[in-house]
Amino acid sequence: MVASSLLDLIGNTPLVELRELSPANRTIYAKLEGQNPTGSIKDRVALHMVRSAHLEPGQELLEPTSGNTGISLALVAKLMGYRLTCVMPSNATPERKALLALYGASIVESPGELGSNGAVRMAQEIAAQDDRYVMLFQYENEANPGAHYDGTGLEIARDLERVDALVAGLGTGGTLMGAGRRLREAFPGVQVVAAEPLPGDPVMGLRSLEDGYVPPVLNVEELDRKLLVSNDEAAAAVRALLDREGIFAGVSAGAVVHVARRVAEELPAGSVVVCVLADGGWKYLSAPFWHGEDIAEDVLWW
Amino acid sequence: MSVVRVPPVLRSEAGGAREVEASGSTVRELLEDLSSRLPALGSRVYGEGEIKSFVNVYVDGEDVRTRDGLDTPVGDSSTVILLPAMAGGC
Repeated sequence: MVASSLLDLIGNTPLVELRELSPANRTIYAKLEGQNPTGSIKDRVALHMVRSAHLEPGQELLEPTSGNTGISLALVAKLMGYRLTCVMPSNATPERKALLALYGASIVESPGELGSNGAVRMAQEIAAQDDRYVMLFQYENEANPGAHYDGTGLEIARDLERVDALVAGLGTGGTLMGAGRRLREAFPGVQVVAAEPLPGDPVMGLRSLEDGYVPPVLNVEELDRKLLVSNDEAAAAVRALLDREGIFAGVSAGAVVHVARRVAEELPAGSVVVCVLADGGWKYLSAPFWHGEDIAEDVLWW
Repeated sequence: MSVVRVPPVLRSEAGGAREVEASGSTVRELLEDLSSRLPALGSRVYGEGEIKSFVNVYVDGEDVRTRDGLDTPVGDSSTVILLPAMAGGC
C-alpha cells in the first residue's frame, strides 16, 4: 500500500474476531480504530469536520477535547496548514497532553473537576470573544456522525454479511448515530447499543444538574440500549483484551467489550456483534490498572 | 425496597446519603415513593410526570429511556442509579 498523504490512511480499519472473548456460539468482531494514523477513531471525525468547514485565511481552529479529538485535529490541521488550540480538562491523561503539544497544538486547561462540560463551556467563552476562532465542536457538528455514516458504518456493512448488534462507546454520540444509521440500512434488525461510562465520584463531584448536557449530535431515541460500565469493569475488560486476544486497547474499548459480551450472551446462538474499539492503549500506559490494581476514580478516562 | 444510588451533586438533598431506599414495581412508582420520602431529592429528578431532562435513571445499569421509560419494571433486588446527564469525552 502506498499513500500520498497520511490523511489517505484514515479509516478502513480492520475487523478482528474475538475468538477467546466471544460467548459460545456467538461471534464478536472488534473494529480496531487504534490503527488510524494518530491511534484513535477521532481521526475520521477530525478529517471530516475540517474538510466540511472550508476555513478562510486567518481563521484558526479551537476545540474542547479530553484528548483524542484534539490529537486528531492537530494532525489534520498540521497537514492542511491550520493552527489549532485545544481546551482540555486538567485531569486528562498526561500522554494526551504531551501528544497534543508534540503534534503542534496550543493547550488551554479547564478545571478537571468540571470534566468535559467545563472544557466545552470554556471553549465557547473563548470563541465568543475572538472571531478568529472557528470551533468545529464535535458535539453538535453533523460532520461527526457523518464521518461514521460514510466511514465506520459503511466499512462494517461492506465487510460483514450479518450484524445483529453494534456496540460503541458513548461520548459525543457520533459513532453510535452515524454507524448505527448506516447499519440499520444494511441490517434492519440491528441493535445499536451504547456503552456509557459510570464516572467515579471525584470526577462527578462538582457537576451540578444545571451543568447537564446532552450533545445535540446524540438522539437517545435512536439507541436500542444504553448500558453503564464502571471503571473497574472497563479496566478488567481492557486486561482481558490484552491477555486473551493480544489487543492493546484503551479504557473505553474495555467498556465496549464488556457490554458486547453481555449483549452477545443475550442474543440467540449464531448472532454477530460488532464492537468499535475507539483507541489503542498507548495513551493510558501510565495508568495504574494494567497489572490488576484499582483504576483511579479521579481521572476522566474517556 | 430497591437501593437508589445518589450522585454527589444530589447528596445534600438526601441528607448526605450515597444510597437511599425506595419502593415501587416500576420506575414511576419508585420515583413517586422517593419523592414522598425525600421531597427535595425527588423534585430534582422527577416532576410533572417526567424524569427531568438532565437526569438519567438506570435500572440494573441500563438507561430507562432506552427501555420502557417510567414503565420500566424495577425488581426487589434492583439497583437504581441516578446520574446527571453529561457529555462524554474525547
